[in-house]
Order: sequence, then C-alpha cells, then structure tokens
Amino acid sequence: MDARAILRDGLLQSNPGLVQLLGLCPLLAVSNSVANALGLGLATLGVLVASNLVAALVGPYLPREVRLAVFVIVIAAAVTAVELAMAAWRPGLHDSLGIFLPLIITNCLILSRAESFASRQPLPRALLDGMAMGAGFLIALVMLGAVRELLGSGSLGAGLELLLGPAFAGAGWQVFPQSSGLRFALLPPGAFVLLGLMLALGNARAAARKRDAAAGAPADVPDTAA
Amino acid sequence: MDTRSPDSAPRRALRAGAVLAIAAACAAGLVAVVNRYTEPRIAAVQRAQRVAELTAVMGGIAYDNDPLSDIVSVHDPELLGSEQPLLAHRVRLGEETVAVLVNAVAPDGYAGPVRLLVAVDAQGRLLGVRVLEHRETPGLGDLIDERRSRWIHGFDGRALDDPPRARWQVRKDGGDFDQFTGATVTPRAIVRAVRDALEYVARHHDELFGAAPASSGSGTP
Repeated sequence: MDARAILRDGLLQSNPGLVQLLGLCPLLAVSNSVANALGLGLATLGVLVASNLVAALVGPYLPREVRLAVFVIVIAAAVTAVELAMAAWRPGLHDSLGIFLPLIITNCLILSRAESFASRQPLPRALLDGMAMGAGFLIALVMLGAVRELLGSGSLGAGLELLLGPAFAGAGWQVFPQSSGLRFALLPPGAFVLLGLMLALGNARAAARKRDAAAGAPADVPDTAA
Repeated sequence: MDTRSPDSAPRRALRAGAVLAIAAACAAGLVAVVNRYTEPRIAAVQRAQRVAELTAVMGGIAYDNDPLSDIVSVHDPELLGSEQPLLAHRVRLGEETVAVLVNAVAPDGYAGPVRLLVAVDAQGRLLGVRVLEHRETPGLGDLIDERRSRWIHGFDGRALDDPPRARWQVRKDGGDFDQFTGATVTPRAIVRAVRDALEYVARHHDELFGAAPASSGSGTP
C-alpha cells in the first residue's frame, strides 16, 4: 500500500465520516457550526496521529490478549491531555465542545485505525494513515458544519475566534440574519437528514462516474442500471 | 502468539498483566505531567470566566471588593427554584453593599432547569440578568442567552413594582415581557424566575445588604 493509496483511502474512498460512517455521534452532535466542527476535527486528528504513532511503535510487541486494552489506555491518555490543553488555552472552544471532547475516546475510528492498520504497518505509513483518516473526518465534519451553520444560523465561521484566538474576533460572515435561519438544520434530526443528503449526493456522483466509465469503455456489458 | 517459546498459560497471563500495568502507569504519568502544566492556567481561566460572568451582569456599576469571594448562601426552594442552597455575591463600594448577585434557577424551562444570575441593587432594581446554563432549543428558546439575542436586557432597570405584579408575565399572558415566536415556555419560565428572585431579595433585604463587611466571611454555609 503506497502513500497515495493511504491518502486516497483516508480522504475519499474510505472517508471515516462519509463512507465508513465511523464516529457518527460527534459528527452529528458537534457539526452545528464550522468553529465547533473544526475544533473537534483537529482534536480528533491529533489524537488519531498520536495513537497511530504509539500503536505502530509498540503494537507488534504487545501480547495479543491486552493489545486492545493498551490502545484504549493510550487513546484515553491522549484525549485527556488534549482536553486539559484545550481547557487551558482555548477555554471558549472547550466549553462549546463540552462532553464531545472527552468522548473522542469512544470514537471507534481511532481504535480501529490503531488496531487494524497502525499496529501492523511501519511507522511512516501509520502516521500518514492517521493524518489521512483524521483529515478525512475533519473534512466531513467541517462540510456538515458549514452546511448546518449556513442554513441554521445564516453564518459561516462565526465564533472562529474561540478556536484561532482573539485576533480573529469578528471573522466569519453573516450571510443572512440569524432569525430567518432554518432551525431544523441545527437540531439533531436536521443533522441526520443533511448527512443523509450529503451521502446521497456522494453516491449519486460515484454511480454517475461508474456509468460514464462503463459507457466510455469498449462496452462489453450493456448498462442496465439506468 | 508473539513469542516462539511455548509459554505456560499462567506465565502468559502474568506477562499480559504486567504489560497492561506498565501501559497504565505510563498513561497516568503523561496525564499527570500535562495536568501539572495546565492546572494553574485552567484555574486562572475559570476564575477569569466567573469574574467576567459577574461583572457582565452588573451593568457597569462601580465596586471595589471581590464579589467572587464575598458570598452568602441563599436557600429558598420556592423562590429560587433549587432544593440545594445557592450562592449570592455581594458587591460593595467602600462600606456599602451596592448590589447583590443572586444565583437562581428557573426549574420549568422547556428542556430542564435554567440557571440564572440576577443582579439587584440596594433599591431593589434589576441591574441585569444573565443565563448561565440552559439546554433550551437552539434557535428558539436559546434566545434567552445574551450571546444569541438582546431579550434578556428587557429586565434591565425593572423592579418588583415595575411593571406591577400582574404584568410580570410574557405578553401572551397579559404581561410586559416579549415571548419568542414559537417559544413561550422558556421566556415564561425566566420571567417567573426573575420575579421570584426579586421577591427573595426584597424579603431578605437586610441580611443581604445589611451585614457589615467584617462579618462577610460568616455568610458561608
């Protein structure tokens, strides 16, 4: 598996948020604004890289019986460290992510990458996989966050100063007044529906591409899908 | 099977246990180190947040004490909405208590209790009200949050007799306070809780405002 395949896997082909549908709980809960989505996405990315790093380094030497347990401990420690750091340096973001920050521990994406990939691969690949999968999750979160924030609050990137620091106060656009936002987009059912629409869009594009490829190729199989 | 030697079951179990213990110790060590470096900063940040919370609700009055530590315990399930004792902060200028900030709870919010901070001056007028914690519906009930709308400023300058008692209601119930389109339960709960908190302050005016600064420490439960 070369680097390009790892990247393509993490970002597109098996994007954890949009294809594997891992970590749906934080994906749906925290994606109500770009700022929140970006904050949780970055925290998850950091933890994922750290846990892949440790898994690649010590994974092969761990007794099989406790390998998963050790990974869980490592992930829990990494998440706790991230949470403490965020409480110290980004308290506003820490407050707005609330319980979903410590809940990164339960994101099965992280444990599954450590167990099924990183612990069986050399370090560079494990790190790249952590970055690719983390970035894939981050992108899914931010996309959903952008759509929900725009529809629900009429803004894009409001509150980014909580993440980036006070220098960014007032960053972000108010596209239309918050009062005329579509509340449904901010509520959990709205998150489900919008994620469903995004998935449907993705599937439709994939299907169309497949059809094009089939039509463009010397046709040995007639296209019956349409 | 990570070793080639035919380990006996007990040996394997011991080895696994030892590895797990070492991993746990390393993780605990890491967390302890991070905690050591972040703890003072987190404490300072939290303190600053609480001070900011308190000053925000005072509407800019002058004071020279530390309201965060100048506290009295208040307890009135009926008027303050909580079975537990709550805190009130005294705001002083010189010898005089110029305001009290009372923590109160609106127990009947749409999605559970709403925690409020109610600032009342010595004449019984509201300096301000802030929602400290709530779980109201985004886009509807959460307009009570000062960061989401100006609604909460509708209480600024009000008192028990302003508006008169019968009009301490949302408009829908014949009162003076706006409700939100599609959300009446939340504003109704807040209006009632603020009025009750004012009532509490009026009934306990002497205890809250009267005590000399020297005895302030005895107010803690």
